[in-house]
Amino acid sequence: MSTIPGIVAVNTFREAVRDRVLYNLIFFALLMMGAAVLVGGVSIGIERDVIVNLGLTAVSVFGIVMAIFIGVGLVHKEIEKRTLYSLLAKPVQRWQFLVGKFGGLVLTLAVNTALMTVGLAAALFYVTRKFERSDATIVVAIYFILLELALITSLTLLFSCFTTPMLSTLYTLGIYIAGVFAPNIRDIGIVTTSPAAKWMATAVYYVLPNFHNFNVMAAAAHQETIPFALIWQNTLYAALYIAVVLLAASAIFSNRDLK
Amino acid sequence: MSTPAIQIDGLTKDYAVGFWRKTMRRSLDHLTLEVNQGEAFGFLGPNGAGKTTTLKLLMGLIFPTSGSARVRGRSISDVGMHREIGYMPEQPYFYDYLTARELLDYFARFFGYDRVEREERIRKFLERVGLAGSADVQLRKFSKGMLQRVGIAQAILHDPEVVFLDEPMSGLDPVGRREVRDIILELKSRGRTIFFSTHILSDAEMLCDRVAVLVGGKLQGVGAPRELVSMEIKGMEILFELHAGYTLPSEMAERATHTGERYRIVVPEAEVYVALEKLKICAARILSVTPLRPSLEDYFLKLVSGQKKPTQAREAMPAEVAQ
Repeated sequence: MSTIPGIVAVNTFREAVRDRVLYNLIFFALLMMGAAVLVGGVSIGIERDVIVNLGLTAVSVFGIVMAIFIGVGLVHKEIEKRTLYSLLAKPVQRWQFLVGKFGGLVLTLAVNTALMTVGLAAALFYVTRKFERSDATIVVAIYFILLELALITSLTLLFSCFTTPMLSTLYTLGIYIAGVFAPNIRDIGIVTTSPAAKWMATAVYYVLPNFHNFNVMAAAAHQETIPFALIWQNTLYAALYIAVVLLAASAIFSNRDLK
Repeated sequence: MSTPAIQIDGLTKDYAVGFWRKTMRRSLDHLTLEVNQGEAFGFLGPNGAGKTTTLKLLMGLIFPTSGSARVRGRSISDVGMHREIGYMPEQPYFYDYLTARELLDYFARFFGYDRVEREERIRKFLERVGLAGSADVQLRKFSKGMLQRVGIAQAILHDPEVVFLDEPMSGLDPVGRREVRDIILELKSRGRTIFFSTHILSDAEMLCDRVAVLVGGKLQGVGAPRELVSMEIKGMEILFELHAGYTLPSEMAERATHTGERYRIVVPEAEVYVALEKLKICAARILSVTPLRPSLEDYFLKLVSGQKKPTQAREAMPAEVAQ
């Protein structure tokens, strides 16, 4: 962490912790405790499914909210408060600052997600009184959520390089929702008879981040095996997509006047 | 001849304004300037003159529309140049969740210092700006003056060759101003180049080897404060004491002011000897005869008001100091 992006990342993480961002864990813990007690009392044979589904959905939703709402302010706040002025007068390149900010938020999200995973595991153990080998799929599902969050973070960072936090939030949310329904967009291209619409739908499908592929919550809840190929494909896809988005963000930010 | 510390060549900055951003507003207009190594250089101008724009251009925070600049021979687009410079923005604001010590530690890391060196530098510079006792207080609890001091500490933490300070005295009480002045003088005594913007003219007059005056984005004059203001003598001030029983000639009595036995009179330079002869006849005891020169403030105000009248502005510009 002694590289310049590493130094910025650690400070970004420290900022999130001191701004009490991790307090969301309290709500998550309460949700999990409540769900475990409730499910233990009313569900018959599907306690595990309910807890895993609810837990993973909560991990995802909490993470997405954090990624977007913290992410949109990462650059904007530094410009507004002019904290960036002193920083960029040091031997720090703008892309290094951006990558550091990205790394810091992903680190925050990773710690947050890890702690939520512990809470989910505790709730699961409370309900089932055992851990099984097939529970490893939950870890894979969590890993995919983390990839998804990293991708969302890169998008918020990109938008916050040239627009307001409000618009950045709207753009990111819009892209996220469209990305979740990416297969449906592709299907429009398949069923349509108009060549223009087909071309458009196919182009949008390939350009949009495909968030649908990161969702394996149902498989994890039903203890289905997740193919290893999907793990590395998703990893590679997320890494490449994030790299492209951060490159675009760096290109925009490096040429922007800081007023 | 050694490379100038700062070399600005035709630096211009236009901002797009308006809803469609079609109209351009010129904030800085072909600024050409050189600052020598080891100089304390004051950058003067009223609000909106382009001082902060210049500093932001030099720091790479904004990009020039045209022109170029070099610091210690390196282009301002070269981030490596930032190892040799320090910068304090106007009304500095820092991460308020950090303490002063943590902030300086954060910035010191960018220069690759190890832990021991960082700690040593932080201790030394917090002491120098008078914040040793508040090192572990979160910056959100700092006053404006304390933030200003942190700003100076972070700017000089790595012992840069060239220090840029944007309004370093603003927001400081007299003690704080004195401390900042001492820091600037100390940096200067160690051969560092200091480039600071200010509109506190007395500070510029006291600290600067040379000053530049910027009005409406245009350079109006550059030179030593004394050169800029010594073009004319406004009059001669005579201080004297008049003993009991003696009276001043009526034409002098009308123009003199006095407190007790001590009198003050201002006469045109050409009439000073005549006035002294008359005072001799009155048996006055001459205390001092001082030429009244325009202050830097007079010069500054002349340029600022002259900007509204282009012809006068050209006349006001001292030809011998324009670079």
